[in-house]
Amino acid sequence: MLVINTIKNSARITLRNNWLRNSLANFNAAPTNFTRTFSLGLALRQQQPDLVSVIFVRANGERIKASGKVGDSLLDVVVNNNVDLDGFGACEGTLTCSTCHLIFKTADYERLPDKPGDEELDMLDLAYDLTDTSRLGCQITLSKDLDGLEVHVPASINDARAA
Amino acid sequence: MRNFIYSRRKLLLNLYSNNFSTSAIKTQNVQQATTGATKRICIVGAGPAGFYAAQYLLKQLSDCAVDIVEKLPVPFGLVRFGVAPDHPEVKNVINTFTKTAENPRLRFFGNVTLGTDVTLQELRDRYHAVLLTYGADQDRELQLANEEQPRIISARKFVAWYNGLPGAEQLQPDLSGRDVTVVGQGNVAVDVARMLLSPLDSLKLTDTTDYALEALASSKVERVHLVGRRGPLQAAFTIKELREMLKLPNVDTCWRPEDFTGIADQLDKLQRPRKRLTELMLKSLGEQSNRKGTPSIGKQFLPVFLRAPKAINQNEMEFAITELKNNAAVATEATERLPANLILRSIGYKSSCADAAINFDAQRGHVCNLQGRVLKDNSSKSVEPGLYVAGWLGTGPTGVILTTMNGAFAVAKTICDDIAAKSFDTDALKPGFEPANKSVVTWSGWNRIDQYERAVGKAKGKPREKIVTIQEMLRIAGV
Repeated sequence: MLVINTIKNSARITLRNNWLRNSLANFNAAPTNFTRTFSLGLALRQQQPDLVSVIFVRANGERIKASGKVGDSLLDVVVNNNVDLDGFGACEGTLTCSTCHLIFKTADYERLPDKPGDEELDMLDLAYDLTDTSRLGCQITLSKDLDGLEVHVPASINDARAA
Repeated sequence: MRNFIYSRRKLLLNLYSNNFSTSAIKTQNVQQATTGATKRICIVGAGPAGFYAAQYLLKQLSDCAVDIVEKLPVPFGLVRFGVAPDHPEVKNVINTFTKTAENPRLRFFGNVTLGTDVTLQELRDRYHAVLLTYGADQDRELQLANEEQPRIISARKFVAWYNGLPGAEQLQPDLSGRDVTVVGQGNVAVDVARMLLSPLDSLKLTDTTDYALEALASSKVERVHLVGRRGPLQAAFTIKELREMLKLPNVDTCWRPEDFTGIADQLDKLQRPRKRLTELMLKSLGEQSNRKGTPSIGKQFLPVFLRAPKAINQNEMEFAITELKNNAAVATEATERLPANLILRSIGYKSSCADAAINFDAQRGHVCNLQGRVLKDNSSKSVEPGLYVAGWLGTGPTGVILTTMNGAFAVAKTICDDIAAKSFDTDALKPGFEPANKSVVTWSGWNRIDQYERAVGKAKGKPREKIVTIQEMLRIAGV
């Protein structure tokens, strides 16, 4: 299973590295809403029926709308939409960190097709604010029926200070 | 206009002259100056804490210029010299750090040592704020007789040796004996155990230094004992590292059943991470009893609990048998001897005091601070305005990169908050660091080293072959 995951992830990483380079180029620029609004543009969605919309909810309640293609991981969505989450996806989806930790609503968590594997759970064990419905964003693949998915982003900075 | 063209041409000429160093420094300076950034922040130490703090500062303070000063000619600290060579995925953070380094508002000064090449006072005079992130380069000691013998080495040095830290290549660990005893059970302890037990063929595909691969090829080590003072419920290694160990080909993990007496009954009381780790140990223990009778397939990994180091003898180590009282290990009169041709001490790192002006707690080995603000002295709670610490230098050596990342973000946020609250002056013009009579490696110098290492590594089927001496690094960097 690990081997399969690794191969799956390597393929993803190759793709993602290009995206990362592009998106990180804008990383240090002041965040703008332009990209997000644009990627959610209605016209665009109609042209690409495979687009799945996702809402990331920060600890302070701020809602960030983004979208990805069927087959993308939630990490891909964050990277491709330039979602402004510091440090998210540090290991680039290779199951060696827990920086893409996301918290799902119970109903959403239960309808996710793939259950977390040992390697994912091992990494989640190191995450701050771990819940029973926590997953790593890099392991969640978008499907059409996840359209409108809402996930919570834990407030890790505050936790580190409390620790 | 003519003057402008002339100066541009001069700049270009400089770029292509043989004197890479001077021109590269000038390029960095020009780049940073054109951004119009006025708030100068200096970060000392180019490891994960330094880079994550830089990333946050550059993003949140659009008018700040960040300089990173690093003792070595090369960046990335423990990501390069600490992370195990067979964990290349963990090193992916380098891609993000590189993007941060390529920001025109950032300058990199490699081969500059705080306390030797520049003092803390000079840096504080030349910057509005200084953030210390130079990590932990010393180790805790057992405080036992014979500890200075060459066959007792710190796991930190052993890690530095296989990872090519300049100066560590002379370590020559004696791998001619059958038994290695690792004192300590953290992830560093597991890393060194895995490096000693892993099949050589898999290590050859990593960036393990050539001299270490050579030494490991003739290693006679068959058994690695991993000894901790407390019990399985207090084990310091994390589950990923254990699972990896259990999957290592041709290595049997052998637990001591008596260490696990009563452990299964306590599972329900445990938090999820501790519970899953304990379940994995118990599962492995169960498989081991099924295996009984079949001869061992090769090398052995032997975790030993409830043993405190007591004495170092010829080819063995003596431990006091301990009992747990309120989660602490208390030594009993009883002792046990374990074979130990080589002893690796892995009981924690501590930092060193790079400059006498730093308020440093020598006992605990870290900089005295309150949430990243460096304290003036220990008794008062008053802080040094504009002086900060992040990473292991401030927190002590604990946690994974995630922990360091969150910590560095938090301290960087504190700096932003303090600037907004005008806790220290940021209006006065500050000149920043100007290297005098010193070979300084800029980011473009590092890029040359990086490309060279990758090219040499590629020819051998490795991701890179690290340059292991400072002299050679400087030569390749062109300074």
